[in-house]
Amino acid sequence: MKMTKYALAAVVAFSASSVAIADGHGNKKATDTSPAEDLAAYRAYFEKRHPDDGAGGKPDFSNGVYSILADARSQWENTEEFPPYEDMVAKGEEMWNTPFKNGKSYADCFGGDPAQRKNYPMWDDKRKMVVTMELAVNECREANGEKPLKYKKGDMTRLTAYMAYESRGQKVNVQIPNDDALAAYNNGKELYFGRRGQLNFSCASCHVQSSGTRVRGDTLSMGLGHGTGWPVYRQKWGDLGTLHRRLGGCMKQMRAKPFKAQGEELRNMEYFLTHMSNGMEFNGPSSRK
Amino acid sequence: MNTDMKRRVFLKGSLAAGTVGVAVSAGLLAPQAVMAAWPKAEFEAKKMGDLGAASGDINVKAPDIAENGAVVPVTVSHSMNADSVAIYASANGTPLVAQFMGPGAQSEVSTRIKMGKTGDVIAVVKSGGKMHHAKKSVKVTIGGCGG
Amino acid sequence: MAKKSIKVRAKEKGGVVTVKALMNHPMETGLRKNKKTGKMFPAHFINEVTATIGGANAIHAYWSGGISKNPYLAFDAPGKKGDELTLSWTDNQGNSESATTKVK
Ligand code: HEC
Repeated sequence: MKMTKYALAAVVAFSASSVAIADGHGNKKATDTSPAEDLAAYRAYFEKRHPDDGAGGKPDFSNGVYSILADARSQWENTEEFPPYEDMVAKGEEMWNTPFKNGKSYADCFGGDPAQRKNYPMWDDKRKMVVTMELAVNECREANGEKPLKYKKGDMTRLTAYMAYESRGQKVNVQIPNDDALAAYNNGKELYFGRRGQLNFSCASCHVQSSGTRVRGDTLSMGLGHGTGWPVYRQKWGDLGTLHRRLGGCMKQMRAKPFKAQGEELRNMEYFLTHMSNGMEFNGPSSRK
Repeated sequence: MNTDMKRRVFLKGSLAAGTVGVAVSAGLLAPQAVMAAWPKAEFEAKKMGDLGAASGDINVKAPDIAENGAVVPVTVSHSMNADSVAIYASANGTPLVAQFMGPGAQSEVSTRIKMGKTGDVIAVVKSGGKMHHAKKSVKVTIGGCGG
Repeated sequence: MAKKSIKVRAKEKGGVVTVKALMNHPMETGLRKNKKTGKMFPAHFINEVTATIGGANAIHAYWSGGISKNPYLAFDAPGKKGDELTLSWTDNQGNSESATTKVK
């Protein structure tokens, strides 16, 4: 039942749309379009698909599904009056200000400035890899003789919540400086549009072709803006989680084996999907259902 | 968009300034006195009290569909001279949820309530010894009374 | 017990103070089953809230366990910048807390 519905929605939306991106069926290849073309097509697609925020205005696309559901949005805004992550941001600030055993601190790794969101994910051309903010945090720790933090929840989310909070309002501006970086981007794009798992879904089946439709109790959010609000406090988790924690959850929903947090696949996927939010503002941390 | 901007800006300012009041465990109220005043019969009643007539001077703001029945934001505003404002959740086992008195009950009061299932949120304003009410129906898919 | 169990903000505009508060409390109705023991969690909820601004009564409320866990309360009352706002609650088990802040 559900499968048919998705497959249908996917075909209809895809053929009707102008998304000039690989659909994972070999009709088009990831390398057919440039990142700039992808971004323009993606924006145009979502702006056309969701002209309304549910209250007669234009969606901002930066607050997940609340960008198009006015009724849910007003409840969410009420939650954010006293954000459930407030104390966690404070904990992160404390972490930022607490020196490592060797007397150095995070500030020494990040040029003294916690407002680092705008710099990540970034292409490291020496190592030929995408570096995310979480990875940079752990590399900083390890360089200073500290144990790395877990990548999905816990202290990592406290620190990155503080860093994101200090970065609010910075523009997403993911750079793809050369062909090696482009290859990582294209890999992320293929993973995003590629079908996998027992249900044969791609990320795009839900968040591009079916955005705004309901699945069980949820309305599917738009892929546009997915990179802006992390980490996220979910009621369901009762806690903060990183983007990679959420992506792992989505892969489970696809009945696919989740990629490892901060492994190459998810870093490349983050590179692609954050690039697709270029020009929008970082606004993490956020709260969600 | 606008509200969101405000929300973000406000939050940033307020967090920096420290929004947390100093809590002291020695209360200002003597619990015994309170227990005596708490209108037990009204709160434990399975039915709603006198709702009076429907009034256009009262507005109940609540969602059409609750994201979570355990946390349903409700705002009651009115333009009456109120002795008290009561909030009921019509479908709850004991429908009376709150009563507000004093200057803070005069224009607008907001809270979050639990709703076990789909029903009405009803605000009853007592003014000049008479009851007046307004309601808003809220659809609940995930109930909030189990916890 | 001296944790940050009440968060409160108060802002004045045109003689009206908007107060927003979040209180830490389980708000157990007494009707919720503990899945492990099969027994009900005992009723434990804030049943009275009062606030004063500049020493004058600002609001007085009675609540049931039908108010959400970690209760939220917002209201408008007269006052001016610099006034001291005190918000207090008492629960059905006789515990009480209060918090004070300056109106901004
Ligand atoms: C079966 C449909 C489905 C698929 C396939 C799917 N997701 Fe999701 N995803 C959801 C649902 C449902 C949610 C929660 C509601 C929402 O915000 O969209 C969600 C949430 C998200 C969020 C959080 C959005 C926010 O604002 O909080 C991100 C990011 C996300 N998904 C990315 C992905 C990526 C990347 C993939 C591919 C690996 C993927 N999803 C595959 C259903 C899906």
